[in-house]
Amino acid sequence: MIERTELWIVILGLGVGSFALRFVFLGLVGNRAMPPAVMRHLRYTAVSVLPALVMPLVVWPTATGGEPDPVRLGSAAITLAIATLMRNVPVAMIAGAAVLIFGAWL
Amino acid sequence: MASVGVKSSYWKGVRDALPFTLVIIPFATLFGVVSSDAGLNVLESLGFSIAVIAGAAQFTALQLMRDEAPTLVVLASALAVNLRMAMYSASLTPHLGHLPLWKRAVAAYLTLDQNYALSIVEFERNTAQSTSGKFAYFLGSVTPIAPFWYGFTVVGALVGSAIPMNTGLDFAMPIAFIAMIGPALNSGAHRMAALVASVAALLFVWMPWNFGLLVAAGLGMATGAEIERRAEARA
Repeated sequence: MIERTELWIVILGLGVGSFALRFVFLGLVGNRAMPPAVMRHLRYTAVSVLPALVMPLVVWPTATGGEPDPVRLGSAAITLAIATLMRNVPVAMIAGAAVLIFGAWL
Repeated sequence: MASVGVKSSYWKGVRDALPFTLVIIPFATLFGVVSSDAGLNVLESLGFSIAVIAGAAQFTALQLMRDEAPTLVVLASALAVNLRMAMYSASLTPHLGHLPLWKRAVAAYLTLDQNYALSIVEFERNTAQSTSGKFAYFLGSVTPIAPFWYGFTVVGALVGSAIPMNTGLDFAMPIAFIAMIGPALNSGAHRMAALVASVAALLFVWMPWNFGLLVAAGLGMATGAEIERRAEARA
C-alpha cells in the first residue's frame, strides 16, 4: 500500500520538477540568442531522443518479458519504412498496427 | 489576415495530432488501471496525470512506489526519465522564445513528446511562420492529446482491471514514436544522428535511472551537429 503523504509528495514534486525541466530553456533563455554550436546540436534533438527512447522497447519489449519478438520487430520496421518513404504519420501507424494485429492473429 | 493565418495554424496542428489520440487513449487508460491497481483513488490518479502529463515518468514513479523505494529515489528516477523534456525545451526556444513569459509557461507545461515532434518538423519545414502562428500550431497539436490523457486516466481508474490489456497494446506508443521520427529524417545528418542514438540506446540500456537514454541522445545530437559542421566547412 502506498502511503498517502508520500504519494502526494511524489505527485507534486514530480509535477513541479517536470515543469521546471520543460521551462528551463524556454522560460529562462527566452529570446536571447544561443551560440551557433548549441543551435547546431539542438537541431538533432528530436531525431536523437525519440529513437533512443523507442529502440530498447522495440528490441526488448516489456510485454514479452524482454524477449525479442519477430512481430514487434516487423511492425517497427514497416512503420519506419513507411514513415520515412511516404512521410505520412497516420499511414505509417496504421501499417505498424496492422502488422501487430496480423501477428497476434497468427 | 494575421488572425486567419494563426487560426489555420491551430487547426493544422489539431489535424496533424489527431492520429495520436488513438494512441493516447489506451496509454492513458492503462495508467488509470495500473494506478487504481496500486491503490490510488480516481482523484489521485487524475492529479498525477494533470501535474505531470508524461506517461513514462508516471509509470516509473508508480512502479517504484509500489516497490517501496524511498521518496527521493522515486522523484529522482522519474525526473531522470523526464530529462529529455529539458532538451525539447532548448530545441523549442529558438522558435517560441519570443513569446511573452506566460505563453512560454503554457507552452512549457504542454510540452509532450508527440506535439514537440510534430511542431519541430512543422517549424523547420515552414520557416516563414510567425511566432504566434508557431504557438498556435503548438497549441493545436496538443489539443487532441492532453485532454484525452486526463480523461482516459479517469476512465482507466474507474473501470480498473475490468479492461483486458493484452497483446500488442503495449506497442502502440513505440509505433507512434517511430511514425513521428520518419518525417524528421530529412538529411544525411539527421539519419546518422538517429542511427547513432538508436545503437547507443541499446548499448547503454544497463545504465541506472534511464541515463542510457540521455547518453544515447547526446551522442546522436553530437553526431548530427558534427556532420553539419563538416559539411559547412567544406562549403
